[in-house]
Amino acid sequence: MSRPPGNRQQAVHHWSTTLRRLLAPQTYALRHAQVAVDSLGRLYRNRVASLMTAAVIGIALAMPAGLYVLLGNLDRLSGAWNGQTSLSVFLKDTVTTDSARKLADAVRAWPEIATVTLVTPEQALEEFSRHSGFADALGTLEENPLPAVLLAIPVATHADPMSAGLLREKFRGLEETELAQLDLQWVHRLTAMLEIARRGVLVISVLLALAVLLVVGNTIRLEIQNRHNEIVVIKLIGATDGFVRRPFLYSGIWYGVLGALIAWLLVILGFQVLAGPVRNLAGLYQSSFSLQTLPLVLLLVLLAGGCLLGLLGSWLAVGRHLGAIEPT
Amino acid sequence: MIRFDNVSKRYPGGFEALSNVSFRLEAGAMAFLTGHSGAGKSTLLKLIALIERATRGQVFVDGQNVSRISRRRIPFVRRKIGFIFQEHHLLFDRTVFDNVALPLVIADYRHQEIGRRVRAALDKVGLLSKERLYPVTLSGGEQQRVGIARAVVNKPLLLLADEPTGNLDPELSLDIMKLFALFNRVGVSVLIASHDVSLIDQFSYPVIALDHGRLATPRALPA
Repeated sequence: MSRPPGNRQQAVHHWSTTLRRLLAPQTYALRHAQVAVDSLGRLYRNRVASLMTAAVIGIALAMPAGLYVLLGNLDRLSGAWNGQTSLSVFLKDTVTTDSARKLADAVRAWPEIATVTLVTPEQALEEFSRHSGFADALGTLEENPLPAVLLAIPVATHADPMSAGLLREKFRGLEETELAQLDLQWVHRLTAMLEIARRGVLVISVLLALAVLLVVGNTIRLEIQNRHNEIVVIKLIGATDGFVRRPFLYSGIWYGVLGALIAWLLVILGFQVLAGPVRNLAGLYQSSFSLQTLPLVLLLVLLAGGCLLGLLGSWLAVGRHLGAIEPT
Repeated sequence: MIRFDNVSKRYPGGFEALSNVSFRLEAGAMAFLTGHSGAGKSTLLKLIALIERATRGQVFVDGQNVSRISRRRIPFVRRKIGFIFQEHHLLFDRTVFDNVALPLVIADYRHQEIGRRVRAALDKVGLLSKERLYPVTLSGGEQQRVGIARAVVNKPLLLLADEPTGNLDPELSLDIMKLFALFNRVGVSVLIASHDVSLIDQFSYPVIALDHGRLATPRALPA
């Protein structure tokens, strides 16, 4: 049989395979879908072992996801008070409501002030008795012990700690002022602490992502060992490396996706457990704050992350161990 | 179809399994490969299937020098060859149908095409009624025939068989050999390694005999 020289013919054969894929993309996609379903079926057949692996991945993913959501909640909490810096200026008790109102009008005209709210002693008393539960005791008082207060919020350009400090000095200089205080220093501290926590979560996330890679890699390595004979046979029949690799890569992806779903459930469960006590605590602070659970976007991020880590982990295992299996 | 030019194979450790072997199997021909155990029959087949590489000399399969082919292209050479093993190498977690379909799945055949070809191959080996069964439930002879169906399903140019009747009784062995002869009659080149001289003698095909890695041909091939 006379044929063109070997390598050219080989190239033609190789290209015809590629060409067939290009011309019949459905066949190729269908094949991928079949492998994906087969891999899932294989996981289902060993469901106890698969579930345990997925659970380990789930726990590893749940940690950073949960911490991230927790941070988001703390952010929201500080944001509710923060946003802008504000000052509380307590006026001397000699200042009448009228002159306090005039003072408020004067301050409102300052260029560095965004808004000013006057809380008269009467309003303050009413609010205090409403929230503190001391209404009865307060009723016995002959006169109102509370001073009038100006709540001032500086414009954005004067909200940084330095300008706000200067503004406080300006308030202190007023003869009506008893005490001027910058309310939100602790918010700045909280924000700084949150920044540290955020870094911490990042470090933990990276470490746990690494753990997921190793778990998936090790699981796939065992699977490759278990299917040693099968790999030999299909290589003998003419399977390309890509074909041999494919089911293992899909297994890795499935592990990642299942792990992500488990992580999602764990986080929701964890927040359900926390929700009651947090509502209690918030109630004690007169706040209607409640924990917000995972936004849907985070589920997508979890799924994508799990998918990617699973694929990467199995890719590492496949790269290391599949090449070593050759028919003998 | 197969050409060996002064091929030697030395395994790591120094054992020389083949020494300076040259022969040629024309396209469409059928031949037996014989010799005592350890004579180099399996090594010779492994060189054709690219499971091993020659230490010296050149091996041609279908006009292509496979001695220096890159690793990536090995699968495409193997797809031209149908292998039949002594231990038939079936996958026991799949049905007969899925086992036979494997070469077609690997080569990205269409679904309908796969069904058609698998049934045709099973029909040829007389196992069409067993496509839904698992290999464990079949007898040794039936398992070997599934292996043969798998080897021929993608219409290879060449069939290689390594002791295909090693585990079978004489009557079944003869059936299997007749099956190979049948494939040869429709144009497939066939090379069968076997040490069963009494079986080989019932056919008139040429014989390539190996003795301690060297060619010793009693019934000569056209070289």
